[in-house]
Amino acid sequence: MKRASSDHWLARYLLIGIVFAFVFFFLIFPVCVVVIEALRGGLALYWSALTAPHSLSAIRLTLLVAVAVVPLNTAFGICAAWAVTHFKFRGKALLVSLIEIPLWVSPVIGGLIFALLFGQQGFFGPWLDAHGIQIMFAYPAIVLATAFVTFPFVARGLIPLMQSQGSAEEEAALTLGANGWQLFWRVTFPKIKWGILYGMILCNARAMGEFGAVSVVAGSVDDRITMPLQIEQYFLNFGLREAFALASLLLLLSAVTLAVKIALEWRRLAPNIVRPH
Amino acid sequence: MHTVIDPSRPFLPPPSVRRRRKHILPGFHLTLGCTIFYLTAIVLLPLGALLAKTVTPTEDYPTVFKVVGHVFAVAADERALDSYRLSFGLSFAAALLNGIFGFIAAWALIRYRFPGRKVIDALVDLPFAMPTSVAGLALTQVFSTNGGYIGQLLYEWFGWKIAYTPWGILIALTFIGFPFVVRTLQPVLTGLAVEVEEAAACLGANRWQTFRRVIFPALSPALLTGVMLAFGRGVGEYGSIVFISSMIPYATEITPQLIIIKLEEFDYVGAAGLGLAMLVMSFAIVGTVNLVQHFTAKRRGVA
Repeated sequence: MKRASSDHWLARYLLIGIVFAFVFFFLIFPVCVVVIEALRGGLALYWSALTAPHSLSAIRLTLLVAVAVVPLNTAFGICAAWAVTHFKFRGKALLVSLIEIPLWVSPVIGGLIFALLFGQQGFFGPWLDAHGIQIMFAYPAIVLATAFVTFPFVARGLIPLMQSQGSAEEEAALTLGANGWQLFWRVTFPKIKWGILYGMILCNARAMGEFGAVSVVAGSVDDRITMPLQIEQYFLNFGLREAFALASLLLLLSAVTLAVKIALEWRRLAPNIVRPH
Repeated sequence: MHTVIDPSRPFLPPPSVRRRRKHILPGFHLTLGCTIFYLTAIVLLPLGALLAKTVTPTEDYPTVFKVVGHVFAVAADERALDSYRLSFGLSFAAALLNGIFGFIAAWALIRYRFPGRKVIDALVDLPFAMPTSVAGLALTQVFSTNGGYIGQLLYEWFGWKIAYTPWGILIALTFIGFPFVVRTLQPVLTGLAVEVEEAAACLGANRWQTFRRVIFPALSPALLTGVMLAFGRGVGEYGSIVFISSMIPYATEITPQLIIIKLEEFDYVGAAGLGLAMLVMSFAIVGTVNLVQHFTAKRRGVA
């Protein structure tokens, strides 16, 4: 039956065609290119590109950064969500907007601010130099810059989730004599565990793939750079096969991230990632 | 002494008891304390350092006036102005493109049923999940003039160069911003009552009039929000552009790149000045988004 709200068939096919063309050229085609270029020389060459010393050290550093950043930001996200959703206090709206700052600040600024603190001409630079403590161009600065950029992901996912659940069940547990710890682990945690996982997955994807912030604080010192930066180094030094091999690993990571995201959304366990402020 | 009970006031327990009752659940001080501490350490203090750097005298600029003067000299320099023009102009153009294609995509995904719809809906988030360096590398390989999958054909057939020109940056920024418009429009489109369109049709409007007069006005705040979000994201983008742009000063150099160059030249004050300029502009974009949402909510509340 033709309804008043349905479009002319020509318009419909035209619009669907545009969507397919756009998605194919902008999304599917580049993904295929990464896979084709990575596997172009066969599996043996792909493997040797992945196990080249620079690739291995980049993979190792990327994993180490994620291992530090994701738990930190998860713990913070749970704390922030608990404080914001279960209590009323002055300045709550301000706190929520402050948490969102890293989302709209350029990642390069995320690196710049730590360079201004710990770099050679930064506020603590001379003091750190005198005491032989290396923060810039090393692991600590990379972790800090990555933590800044991925800071809001867990909190932003959990706050609307916990808001929609309210505090009635927690209050009931309290009247039954539960202490704070039992309250969290037995009542709240089971309700929000998928939301936490969702936030961690997003945080992890961004942490492993962050380029701008890390490139400021890591420079281009070989063996001290993460996978995205190593991809750039390979690219600049005509190591296209190695660049695409590392890129294919990160692509796999984003595929897993998308798969988990879709699985959680289909079960209506988590909100959408890209939401307006 | 006896207490006079004022019936116009509700009975309240003494202040000491009230304060304790304010938070029923435990953990208020612990969680808020941790949150504020971590927020200060990771976000507020470092951002404060950025502001402080633009007014703190150094060896090269011994007085506050000289520091501020240098900040303005760098942030309003011809090279910086060119980079703002490029960053903001191309981000705006990419956001407009995303406004058009994002609108079409959201409309098709919500209103039509066709094979592959769910796959496309899932793929919309790809630019969000994909590291920017992977996107930049892939797009460069697609659009490079020598050996690029599409770029070489475009160059041979039409003489067009995409990679290493502003067009390449535009394509990268369009890729990066695509999910924002689609994902802000989708929920609003879902919530749009079909009956309103049917009423418009009953009143004699043709489909185009209905779209222009009924559907588009209802969607325009969400569309504007999505476009502004894509715009804001594009202004700060760096990772993908490193690959697809040649970063020639005054021509294809974006502002984030200029910040990095200033840092490499050990001009920390200048870098902080450029960072401050970008912060102020990002503030303006976020402010606009919030204003749009505020007025939309207000209008909905009245209607």
